[in-house]
Amino acid sequence: MILIYDGTFEGFLSVVFDCYAHKLDPMDIFAEDKFQSALFCEVVHVATNVEHSRRVWAGWQKKLSRELNQLPFLAYLSGESGIEMFLLHFARLSFASPVPVEGNYADEKILAVRKASRRVTQEAMRMIEFVRFQLTKDGIYFSGIRPSYDVLPMILKHFKSRFADQQWLIYDMKRDYGFYYNQRTVDEVKLMDKMFNVSDSKVRTDMLEEGEVDYQRLWSNYCRNITIMERVNLKCQKNHMPRRYWKFLPEKNVQ
Amino acid sequence: MCGVLIELVIMNERVQNKLNILADSAKYDVSCSSSGSSRKNEGKGIGNALNCGICHSFTADGRCVSLLKVLMSNNCIYDCAYCINRRTNDRPRATLTPDELVDITIGFYRRNYIEGLFLSSGVIKNPDYTMERMMLVAKKLRTEQRYNGYIHLKAIPGASPDLINEAGLYADRMSVNIEIPTNPELKRLAPEKNHEGIILPMGLIKEGIVQNSEERKKYRNVRAFVPAGQSTQLIVGASPETDQQILSLATNLYNEQKLKRVYYSGYLPVNEYDNRLPALKTPPLVRENRLYQSDWLMRFYKFSASEIVSAEHPFLDLEVDPKLAYALRNYHLYPVDVNTADYEMILRIPGIGVQSAQRIIQARRFGRLTSNHLKKIGVVMKRAQYFIVNNQLPPAIHDLAPERLKRQILLSDSQKRTKVSETQLSLFSFPSTSNTLIEKSR
Repeated sequence: MILIYDGTFEGFLSVVFDCYAHKLDPMDIFAEDKFQSALFCEVVHVATNVEHSRRVWAGWQKKLSRELNQLPFLAYLSGESGIEMFLLHFARLSFASPVPVEGNYADEKILAVRKASRRVTQEAMRMIEFVRFQLTKDGIYFSGIRPSYDVLPMILKHFKSRFADQQWLIYDMKRDYGFYYNQRTVDEVKLMDKMFNVSDSKVRTDMLEEGEVDYQRLWSNYCRNITIMERVNLKCQKNHMPRRYWKFLPEKNVQ
Repeated sequence: MCGVLIELVIMNERVQNKLNILADSAKYDVSCSSSGSSRKNEGKGIGNALNCGICHSFTADGRCVSLLKVLMSNNCIYDCAYCINRRTNDRPRATLTPDELVDITIGFYRRNYIEGLFLSSGVIKNPDYTMERMMLVAKKLRTEQRYNGYIHLKAIPGASPDLINEAGLYADRMSVNIEIPTNPELKRLAPEKNHEGIILPMGLIKEGIVQNSEERKKYRNVRAFVPAGQSTQLIVGASPETDQQILSLATNLYNEQKLKRVYYSGYLPVNEYDNRLPALKTPPLVRENRLYQSDWLMRFYKFSASEIVSAEHPFLDLEVDPKLAYALRNYHLYPVDVNTADYEMILRIPGIGVQSAQRIIQARRFGRLTSNHLKKIGVVMKRAQYFIVNNQLPPAIHDLAPERLKRQILLSDSQKRTKVSETQLSLFSFPSTSNTLIEKSR
């Protein structure tokens, strides 16, 4: 049997609920848009049920150690193929055990869940490191990002408490949505007219605040001058700052 | 209108040139850490500090850029043989004013380029004058700009205790660089300096921190004094000290002066003409790396300096890392059974780091761990296999004599074509990813 759900985390939790309620033992679980077709297998669509998902999530979190109670959600965000089955396996072990099981690294599927969650957390951390704001004419600090996973909601709290006294807008150009902070609240926005390049986030020159380019140049030159040429180690640089982030960084693009 | 604009451009050019010169002069200071402080953004100011620290960029030398590391001035009244900014060197000189430094810091910070400011300086006129101007930068940031980001200030030896104390109220971290590990060598290379003069402000800051933490236990609203602690830097290879001398000094600094970090900087031949200094073609990067590895062993792996170097082995083995060297010297302690040994002993197995060791402790509660499990957990089995037992490895693997084992490990490493220099410096960044940092999004 193959189970299909709507592709949301609530939907997936509803699948977990049904697996218990109807004693299902699926061969695989797919989000609607990822599923192609199955020839010799029964396909069942599971409707998302908010109440069911809430119950599963509350129960599951009680079974996890406190510092890792977001683990299933973070792993889910990775969107890796097969992650649903790993998570179902993980859920079953969690519910069956009186003690938290996420420390069981010897279990391949749990290890896969932890690695997936780690990749997501790392991507969020990279965003916190490599977001670069450009000051626009209307006084908004703008940054466009293209994270591998949908991590934008995870980093808002950091930017809200850090840049409490400036308006900022961080936009996920890959998923076409963003968040705007107006010095009081953070609100989700979707931009129709884009005043920036959607591939590298550069704001149109006529929209930039005067002096913005100077700061970018100042920063870029600073980074060049702080480098010790006798110790160049490009491999190490790339390990810490993979190439795919470079096009968003003024220190790599502005002369 | 036009006049104002031109003035602005000229000013920017001037600041640009100064920053270029002063960043170039500051690059030999290796500290970049922005960790250890959790200053909150209270009210509606700008910035906060995160306990774990954040790197914002990486330069071509592989070092992280976390703080705007810059000298206030590269003018200096001293003439230290190892320093690029010594009085007698003919090179471009510049001084940034406190207001210029404040503008650049805030401008960079608001764009998320940096975690904060790391301000050092050559000594202009006298130590007090220099310290006062540096303190003023920090004061302006905290009071005029309501800035809560990270500030690391150099304490200038010879400055008055009052100034250093005041600076400590605005800074998150302070540091005094020892540079040359022993006093006679320091006097030889920098006749105007001595260790007593350096230890004095260090002790002062330590006392301040101890006293402040007592007060903060009693009263909640006492202002923090250097909450991220202090650090120092030692230059390696400019003078003939042994690694044993260097590591025992570091131990001393960690224990007595309660330092948070000791940095080691492989000597770069910046003043080749000075014949008091050794003639080096390249900086001693491998030795520096081995010192950092030893430092890590002392801070995170519960090793003591005497286990890493001794009177018989005063220098670190450049061919193998200090943990492997320890294991080979103490081969009778191995093999270790990962399924029963305690955490401290597991940490001492080459090929197992802090993370793998913690995972082993957690995972073995659920069942016996096999070689395959260990590999998946992240243990480097190629190295660890000689030092562990788990009922799976052939017993003969533990019968090699240490000297042969070393050759064998080196051989298999060289087949992998990893040069030691390529792993160089990765230690400068910190393990940053942490779950607690990220907002719980549900």
